[in-house]
Amino acid sequence: MIQHLLDGVLTGSYLSLGAIGLTLVMHILRFANFSHAELLSLGAYVALVCDALVSGLAPFLAVKLAPLSLTGSLIIAILISMVLTGLSALLIDRLVFKRVREKGQELSMVFASFGMALIIRNVIGLIFGLSPALYSRDIAFAVILSRDPLILVKPDQIFVLIAALALMFILHLILSRTTFGYSLRAVAENPSLAQVNGVNLQRTIMAVWLIGGGLAAVAGVFYGISHQLIPVMGRDLVLPIFAATIVGGIGSVYGAVLGGFIVGIAANISLVILPSGYTPSVPFLLILVVLMIRPHGLFGEARA
Amino acid sequence: MIGVFSYLVFFATTASILAIAVLGLNLQWGNTGLFNGGVVAFFGAGAYGTLILGGTAQAGHLGGFGLFYPLALLGGMAAAGLMAWIVGLLTLRLRHDYLAIATFGVAVAFENLMRNAEWLAGGAKGVRGFERPLRAALGDGFIYNLFFFVVVLLILIATYMFLERLVASPFGRLLRAIREDEEAARSLGKNPARIRLMAFVTGSVILGLAGGLYGTFYAFVSPQDVLPTLTFQIWAMLIVGGAGNNRGAIFGAFLIWGAWTLSGWALSRFAPVDVQLYTGSVQFILIGSVIVGMLMWRPQGFLPERLVVSQRGKPQQMQQGE
Amino acid sequence: MADPILQAHGVTAGYVPDLPILRDVSLAVPPAQITLIIGPNGAGKSTLIKAIAGLLPVSAGQITFQGSDITGLRTDQLTAHGIAYVPQTDNIFRSLTIRQNLDLALRRAGVDAPARLAGVFDQFPALAAKQRDKAGALSGGQRQFLAIAMALATAPQLILMDEPSAGLSPKAAQEVLEHARMLTGQGVSILLVEQNVNQALRLADHCYILAEGRNQIDGPAADLRDNKVVGEIYLGNRRVGAT
Repeated sequence: MIQHLLDGVLTGSYLSLGAIGLTLVMHILRFANFSHAELLSLGAYVALVCDALVSGLAPFLAVKLAPLSLTGSLIIAILISMVLTGLSALLIDRLVFKRVREKGQELSMVFASFGMALIIRNVIGLIFGLSPALYSRDIAFAVILSRDPLILVKPDQIFVLIAALALMFILHLILSRTTFGYSLRAVAENPSLAQVNGVNLQRTIMAVWLIGGGLAAVAGVFYGISHQLIPVMGRDLVLPIFAATIVGGIGSVYGAVLGGFIVGIAANISLVILPSGYTPSVPFLLILVVLMIRPHGLFGEARA
Repeated sequence: MIGVFSYLVFFATTASILAIAVLGLNLQWGNTGLFNGGVVAFFGAGAYGTLILGGTAQAGHLGGFGLFYPLALLGGMAAAGLMAWIVGLLTLRLRHDYLAIATFGVAVAFENLMRNAEWLAGGAKGVRGFERPLRAALGDGFIYNLFFFVVVLLILIATYMFLERLVASPFGRLLRAIREDEEAARSLGKNPARIRLMAFVTGSVILGLAGGLYGTFYAFVSPQDVLPTLTFQIWAMLIVGGAGNNRGAIFGAFLIWGAWTLSGWALSRFAPVDVQLYTGSVQFILIGSVIVGMLMWRPQGFLPERLVVSQRGKPQQMQQGE
Repeated sequence: MADPILQAHGVTAGYVPDLPILRDVSLAVPPAQITLIIGPNGAGKSTLIKAIAGLLPVSAGQITFQGSDITGLRTDQLTAHGIAYVPQTDNIFRSLTIRQNLDLALRRAGVDAPARLAGVFDQFPALAAKQRDKAGALSGGQRQFLAIAMALATAPQLILMDEPSAGLSPKAAQEVLEHARMLTGQGVSILLVEQNVNQALRLADHCYILAEGRNQIDGPAADLRDNKVVGEIYLGNRRVGAT
């Protein structure tokens, strides 16, 4: 039970990062972006390539940072991937979503995002092959925290959790201490009033894609560290991160963080009562429960 | 020659079944503006429902009711409708994209349940033991397939006529009114959530009908038949054909199913063997591109919605409105 | 009389390009005065103020501010030009604190920000006391003052106010309108839309009456107060423009 709880928290750390960007986009651009999870896999694979490039150019960085299986080059690769994935999100918006937005209604965007998800996912599959990839071939040994009950944790997982929490804290500081953060929250609450107060809407939307893409990249890498990289990982992540946004309330960054941990913990705790084959259904059950008892989520507000 | 003809019948049967599904989706998306992200779940409920209700007893999973075929098919449709009713009830009064997410979730959970719950529907092995109706009289050969095609075609025509009537009826006008301006519809004393729910359930029942026919055609259904692929294919059919236009929906079904079949055949025929592993990926990229491309360049589809204008004519109404 | 700070010439605008709500409307706002727009419901008062604020497309006509053409500029660009707009409802960010609302408005103020913030708090001591509270917790009148304070934080030369007294108690409404009057003493020009005709006419300098999307009458506020036609519009005895 404690082991499942711990695993749930670790799962929650990357789900939360993925859900933050999704909830912002859903709130500000007002559409359910089914291709957001593909940004996680894009970011994970970009980091894989960058890791190879960095360790090729600077072999001294390719050394493991014991006790982690992570290398310095992977950490640099994550930073590069954040930027590149953010820019990709921006580019996809420019090329596709912006045009559909100007042509049609909000739901056309949902359709388009499904189409984009198919394209991104399968292009990744074509480029990297359908078999799994790993950042490190070394087997990361788990550390035994306790023998009775048996609780195991890998140092990499602790790193993932701390890094995810640190990123969330930085985002919290930006949102609660800087006027840039206020402008993001202002656009989320009332876009036209934000403009009245001198906020440039287009630039804010760009910032949202950059932040969402950047966090998605980190989430994708963390997923890859915790499990493995597969081109269809977006397909498996899309429902959990949607569930996180709905549990937290669409538009609430803090809700997305909490929602991510709730979904992660619920999925792992469910293993106590359900066979593991049913785990993919758990996010859906959570969505149903939330819609039944608190449709606007923990922190959401009713908005038509 | 008979081989080609027999293949054409097979192709046309599948395309007609899919066309029925696209008609069901058109009522939801085209006429009412409801986004169904889990088409395959309602299709699957119809298929599983029909086979479980109409099949003979099987060891290890639910079934063996051996119902008279039309009743089994109706049962499958009812299963799809019931699922739609529950999801609709929870989501249709909320923001539009909740329905998209919840229906997407239904599809994931449905496939997951069918794959894992062996006691329910045979798990990964699927549901067997279904006897195609009238098989004793018509045999298993070409004659049966031709007969089945004619039945499917008649059901397709009946569904088309039913929906055309529905769309032209006051209820159909109400659907469009709610799609275009919910507030205005509400101010006329209509309850948009209830009407949307009715349209959503009706569309899902039609999806269930298509699924039931599909299951009957193969006399077998397994989790492989309820993968998200089918949802994407049915969407592409509707978008290409023209959302809101029932003829467009049927046209799109045949066009996209033809293109899908042809691309699969061409890839398996001409692509090098080591690339053939990626046939699925290439086909998915194609279908994703079709969806995105249509939305960007021709969102109304090839056969756009014909706006039904009331007798007085629209321009005049607008002047009155000023 | 000094040159008007804002002028609209033959403005046609609406939510949908083919259906203009406003047709060929002209007006002039003199500096450091309150210019009032009144008219029956649906006359296009809010449409006019939104069109000037850049929130609605202007399909014909021209709007000039201090002599330069501002037609078609984005709302956020107008703020930088010195035009502030106080919407009728939803005019503050409920999820931000009072201080954060003001900081957002002060974003472009640079080195002037602390001085302007102090100035705003001087004018609205009640806001200073509650600056760490969520703006959503404020009463209706205080919300209106916060909205005005946010407008003032941009150091505007012109403030567009859309029915600032709507939904307020008579006392709060009076306070808000009197505050507007006081601002003109600091050199700020105000274009005011009001339903609260009697109170507003007492405070305003000049008044335009709109009906059915067109100019009807305009004149010094004091003259219109006793005008028969004005009474008739609001009593609804006769359709304006039908004569």
